[in-house]
Amino acid sequence: MLLEVKNMHIAYGDIRAVSGIDFSIEQGELVSIIGANGAGKTSILNSIMGIVPLKNGKIVFENEDITSLAAHQRARAGIRMVPERARVFPRLTVYENLMTGVYGLRKTINLDVQIAWLYDLFPILRERNDQPAETLSGGEQQQLAIARALISNPSLLLVDEVSMGLMPKLVDQVFDVLKQLNDQRGLTILIVEQNAIASLEISHRAYVLETGAIVHQGMASALLEDPKIKEVYLGTGA
Amino acid sequence: MNAYLITIATLICINAIVACGLNVIVGFAGQISLGHAAFFGIGAYSAALLATKAGLSFWAALPLVVVITALIGLLLGLPSLRVKEDFLAITTIGINFIVEAIFLYIPFFGGALGIGGIPRIMLFGVRLKGLTFFLLCLFFLLLVLAFCWWFSRSWGGLACFALREEESAAASMGISPVRFKLLAFVIGTAMAGLGGALYAHYIRFISATDFSFPVSVLLLSIVVLGGMGTLWGPVVGAVILGALPEVFRPLVDYRFLFYMLLLLLMIRYQPAGLLGEGSMVHRVFSLLLPEGKK
Repeated sequence: MLLEVKNMHIAYGDIRAVSGIDFSIEQGELVSIIGANGAGKTSILNSIMGIVPLKNGKIVFENEDITSLAAHQRARAGIRMVPERARVFPRLTVYENLMTGVYGLRKTINLDVQIAWLYDLFPILRERNDQPAETLSGGEQQQLAIARALISNPSLLLVDEVSMGLMPKLVDQVFDVLKQLNDQRGLTILIVEQNAIASLEISHRAYVLETGAIVHQGMASALLEDPKIKEVYLGTGA
Repeated sequence: MNAYLITIATLICINAIVACGLNVIVGFAGQISLGHAAFFGIGAYSAALLATKAGLSFWAALPLVVVITALIGLLLGLPSLRVKEDFLAITTIGINFIVEAIFLYIPFFGGALGIGGIPRIMLFGVRLKGLTFFLLCLFFLLLVLAFCWWFSRSWGGLACFALREEESAAASMGISPVRFKLLAFVIGTAMAGLGGALYAHYIRFISATDFSFPVSVLLLSIVVLGGMGTLWGPVVGAVILGALPEVFRPLVDYRFLFYMLLLLLMIRYQPAGLLGEGSMVHRVFSLLLPEGKK
């Protein structure tokens, strides 16, 4: 088990965002959490990353309890996130943005190899190398955010609403890259998405979240066929 | 050069050194500080006490002064940097008032009388005053600028920039917010300490009000006017805000009204400062310089 979340509770003041969910991810899996806006998806990712504190519960990563670790310590332990709306550093260049991902790891990874690999994965970033990130388009920023997370060779990649604000063609491209990373490099990925079809199509398993609780779970292919899921989340029902 | 101009130039130099330190905290790391004068004062008082009570020369005392100021910066930064934005602004204002009160009410620091009789700086058997003292300040300013330039290109600088832009994104990249904010705070306060030491040996009589809250406002105005996060911004800001009061001497009573107005106008019309990206000066220079160089 790479990641195990037990009895996760998240609250903002008195408002409960996530109430007591359990889920787990195996090494090499690609798992989706789908659900409507406000279901608590982003809160779950942020609390795995350590940006949002848990009110209750436990997060176990690579057999170690990381519940009390700060975000930067979890990042160094091998969890990286592609945040909602990319959150690249606007005034830093593309290259500098990538370099922010290697603190504490400079001795263990080969920077030249990593940069070359990422620029092959996202060729547009090579062209934009010296440009401030704020001059990039939304799609390019999203690619930069993925590259920035990948530079450290994480063992778990968290991807938050990567499709948001992207045109459909780019959404497919980005999901193809994620699938390819999972297939070819065995990268474990947890995606949270409103775009349920796109994420279910590349996932092995999925959880369906509704107002802070898991209401369905199973193989992604089965969920895609489930008439109830189809009606509520895929918009293809009667 | 006449003595009057040299005096103004020297004070501008000292202000620029202290403002460079504030720029590391506010401009590089994005942490607001409205109490920078406190550290300017801690530097000046340490230098004054080491010179008058311990009898150390400026050169022997200087490393101690910088270390003392930076250590106090570390100590006060540790709790302060746990809060953000408005709360950090208020906390740093508080630090300024507390430090000023300590200088004013504790007899060891000379109380209301301040500390007088601070000796001149000796260099190769020469007493530095007038032009030679100005050149010494200029030398330290260039040293500070060189350090800022190096820091802005270092890993520590990059981490500070990332924290300034998106703190939680930086933390999820493995950058420790506390560690690098403190680093910026320690560098910034150390530079304030250096400026304070020069100030004490130049004015040769210091008192608590020299380092009161309005001085912090002046220092922040210098940084905002020149351009937060730029290399030369604090120098340009210090020159303008150092020269203007001399040009407009009759309006001296309204100086702080003017600083406030200036801050508001800058934030409204030139938020990046005179030398910041997208500013008027920056655009004019981008037109003059060849493509790709900025």
